[in-house]
Amino acid sequence: MRLNFTRSTASLLAGLALVLTGCGAREEPADIVIVNGAEPESLDPQIVSGQPEIRVVGALFEGLTRFNATTGDPEPALASHWELSNDGRVYTFHLRTNLTWSTGTAITARDFVWSWRRVLTPATASDYVGIMFYLKNAESYFLGQLKDPDAIGVQALDDRTLRVELESPTAFFLSLCAFPTLAVVPPDVIDAHGDLWVRTQPLKTSGAYTLDFWRINDRIRLRRNPHYWDDANTQNQIVDLLPITSATTALNLYLNGQADVVWDKSLVPVHLTDVLRLRPDFHTFDYLGAYFVRFNVTKKPFDDPRVRKAFALSIDRHRIVERITRGGEKAAETLVPLSTANYLPADGLRHDPSEARRLLASAGFPGGQGFPTVNYLLNAGTSASVDEKIAVELQAMWRDVLGVEVSLRPMEWKTYLATLTALDYELARSSWIADYNDPNTFLDIFLSNNGNNRTGWKDQRYDDLIRQANATVDLRKRAEIFREAETYLLRDAAPIGPIYSYAGFNYFDPEKIAGIHANPIDQHPINAIKRLRR
Amino acid sequence: MYYFKRILALVPLLLVISLLAFVLVRVAPGGPFDKERAPASPEVERALKAKYRLDQPLWKQYVLYLGDLARGDLGPSMKYRHHSVGDIIKQALPATLMLGCLSFGFALGVGIPLGFATAARKGQWVDYGGSLLALVGICVPAFVIGPLLVMSFAIKLKWFPVALWGSPLNAVLPTLALGLFYSGRIARLMREGMLGVLGEPYIMTARAKGLTERVVLFKHALRPAILPVISYAGPMLADLLTGSFVIENLFQIPGIGVFMVTSSQNKDYPMVVGLVLLYALLLLVLNLAVDFLYSRLDPQVKYE
Repeated sequence: MRLNFTRSTASLLAGLALVLTGCGAREEPADIVIVNGAEPESLDPQIVSGQPEIRVVGALFEGLTRFNATTGDPEPALASHWELSNDGRVYTFHLRTNLTWSTGTAITARDFVWSWRRVLTPATASDYVGIMFYLKNAESYFLGQLKDPDAIGVQALDDRTLRVELESPTAFFLSLCAFPTLAVVPPDVIDAHGDLWVRTQPLKTSGAYTLDFWRINDRIRLRRNPHYWDDANTQNQIVDLLPITSATTALNLYLNGQADVVWDKSLVPVHLTDVLRLRPDFHTFDYLGAYFVRFNVTKKPFDDPRVRKAFALSIDRHRIVERITRGGEKAAETLVPLSTANYLPADGLRHDPSEARRLLASAGFPGGQGFPTVNYLLNAGTSASVDEKIAVELQAMWRDVLGVEVSLRPMEWKTYLATLTALDYELARSSWIADYNDPNTFLDIFLSNNGNNRTGWKDQRYDDLIRQANATVDLRKRAEIFREAETYLLRDAAPIGPIYSYAGFNYFDPEKIAGIHANPIDQHPINAIKRLRR
Repeated sequence: MYYFKRILALVPLLLVISLLAFVLVRVAPGGPFDKERAPASPEVERALKAKYRLDQPLWKQYVLYLGDLARGDLGPSMKYRHHSVGDIIKQALPATLMLGCLSFGFALGVGIPLGFATAARKGQWVDYGGSLLALVGICVPAFVIGPLLVMSFAIKLKWFPVALWGSPLNAVLPTLALGLFYSGRIARLMREGMLGVLGEPYIMTARAKGLTERVVLFKHALRPAILPVISYAGPMLADLLTGSFVIENLFQIPGIGVFMVTSSQNKDYPMVVGLVLLYALLLLVLNLAVDFLYSRLDPQVKYE
C-alpha cells in the first residue's frame, strides 16, 4: 500500500508536469525583455496615466511628435514639420506622406481631429483630459458649455494638414503632442468595438509596434510594425514587457539573465540601493518629480502661514536624501526640480531651526507650548517603506526643532488619496511627477481651481502670475514670472514644504543593450533599444 | 439524496456571501476612481460611476449584479478597463490551479509518509528528525522559505529559473515554497492520527493475534488514522487552488492569488466579489467532497 501510494503520487506529479509543459507551448524568444513595473490598467493611449502604461503605449500609438530617445525632447513624428504663427497661438502641422496604420490603410489629419475630440468627450473618462485644455474652446466643450465640436481649436485643412489653435501661447505644446493623450487612435475600430477595442487582434496601431498579445499579470508582447513610417530605424523585432512589482523578483530576473532591462524606480530593493548604485550597469539620473509635504491651510493650526513656514524651515532635507532615499535624489528647497527646462530657480525656504522656532513662537506656540498634536498622513504598504522612514524622520525633526508632537497616520493608497482630496488631514506626504518638461507642470497644480491642489490654498495673486507667465511668448520673461510665482508660493504662503527632487533609476548592461539614455522625463522609446549581444 | 440537499443549500449560502462581500467592499473607505491625478471635472467621475452603475442605489446595484451573475457574467473590472472579471479569472486560474495541485500533491506525498514514519518509529531518531522537519515547515513562512530557495537553487546553483512561468522547471521552486507549510501540517496530523489509533484496543488485539507489525500498521492503523488528514485536505486544497499572494508575487506567476490582495487594495469591487465567490464555492464544494470521502473511508460515518 505504501508503494502504491508513492507510485500514484509520482504519476500524479508527472502527469501534472506534462500538462504544464503543454500549457507553456514554446513561444519565440523575445529580442529584449523589459521589467516594466505595475500591470497596465489600460493600453488605450487616451485613458492611460501611469508611467508603466505610458512607456508601453508610446510604442503602439504615436502623435504629431514623439520623445527623442536621447534627450526626451519632442521631435517630429507623424508630423514631419510645422509652422507657428507670430502670436504663438496657431500651429499648422504637416503630416508625413507615407503614414499608414499597422493594417496598411492611411492615417489622415481627420483621424487626429476625431481622436482629439474623443479625449474631450466626458464619457471617454480620460485622466489626462486637462492637458487638452490648451486648445481653443477645448475646456468649454468638455464641460458641455459649448456643443459644436467644430469650434474646438483643431481642424483638418486637408488629408495631411492639421490646424491647431491654442487658447494662449503654450511653450510646451510640442511636448504635449508627444504625450499618449494626443496620439492618433483608429476611429473605425473604436466605433466598432467600444471599450474592448484595444483587445482586438490584430490591433490597428500608429506606432513602431503592434500588440502580439497582452496576458494580464504575465506579459505584454510587442511585435515590430513594418508599416511604421520610421520602421527602418526600429532596432528589434519582438519585445516582452513583464508586469512585476516586486523589486526582489525584478533584480533576481535581471541577475539571472531572464530580463535585460529593469526600468522602474520602484524596482530597486531599497536596502540594496547603496551597493547597487556602484555597479556599472545601474544608471541613475535626475528625474522630474518632486517630494514634498502638504499643509492643510483650512485647518487650525496650519491656517497660519507662520506655522506652515516654521514646519517647512525645520526640515533638514540633506539628512533625508543622504540617510534615507540614498538613490541620487537631490535635496530641494523648490518644488520645481532644478533640471527642468525653461526654469529659473525660485528662492525657497532653507533649513533654519532658529527662524523656525521664532515663527512658531510668534504664532503663539513658544517652544511648541500649547501646540495640538497633529497628524501626518502618508501612504502605507509594502512599496511605501521609504515614505514611512521619511515620515519618522520628519516627526523627529519637528519634535527636536519645534517641540511639537506629530503622530503618523498611515493609510492604504486609495484611502490616502481620498483623505487627501477631502482635505481631511493636517500634514500629508505628497509627490508629483512632471507630465512634460516645463515648470508649469508643477506650478499649475496650486492654482485655486486645480483639483490636484489638495491644500485648500487659494490665492488670486498666484493665479494671476501663473496665467501671466503662460501668456508670455518670450521664454526668459516667462521663466522670470514663474520664479516670482514660485517664490511667492514657497516663501510667503507656504501651503507646501519641498523636500527633494527625484532620481530616476534603471538597470541594464551597456555591453549588451544600447539605446536607453538618461533623460529628465525618464522616457525611453522602445524602438530605439538595441541588443548588442546575448 | 443527502448530497443533493447539501448542494441545494450552497445556493443561499453563496448568496449571503456575495451580499456581504458586495456591501463590505463598498463600505470600506476610498473608491476605485480615487487617483493621484484629480479628475478634470466632476463630469468624468460621474461618467465613470454611471458606466459601472455606482450611481444607483446599493440594493439596485446588487440586484443587477445578481442578474448578471445568473447569466454567468461577473461584471467588468474597474481597475483593468478592458478586461472583465471573468476574463481575468479565466486567464489567471490555470496557473494557480496547476501550482495548487502540484503543491497539494507535494504536501500529501511528503506529509503522509513523514507523519506515518514518525509515528511508527515513535521515540527514535526518525521521529525526532522528522518531527523537527515538520515543525520547521510549519514555522518558517513562505516569504522566508521562498527567497531562500531562490537564492540557493536559482541564483547560486542555477538549477532552476528565479521566476516566471511556462516550463516544468519554473514550477519546482514555487511548489516547494508553497507546499512545505502544508506538508508540515499534514505530517503532524498524520502522526497524531496514527498515535491515537495505535493506542486503541483493537490494535493490541491485532498484535496479540501475532500479526506482523507491517500488517498492523498498514492494514489496521493507516485507514482510520488518515481521517484527520482528509478533513484538513479539503480546506487546504481550497486554499491552494485560490493561490498565494506571496508566492505568486515572488515568482511572478500569472495566477489569481495576486488579485486576491490587489483587487481589494484597488477597490476593484466586481473583482473582489468575484474572487470571494470563487473562493467560497471552492471551499464549500471541497468540504462536501471531504464529507463524502469520510463516509466511504469510515463505515461508522453515515449521513442522513
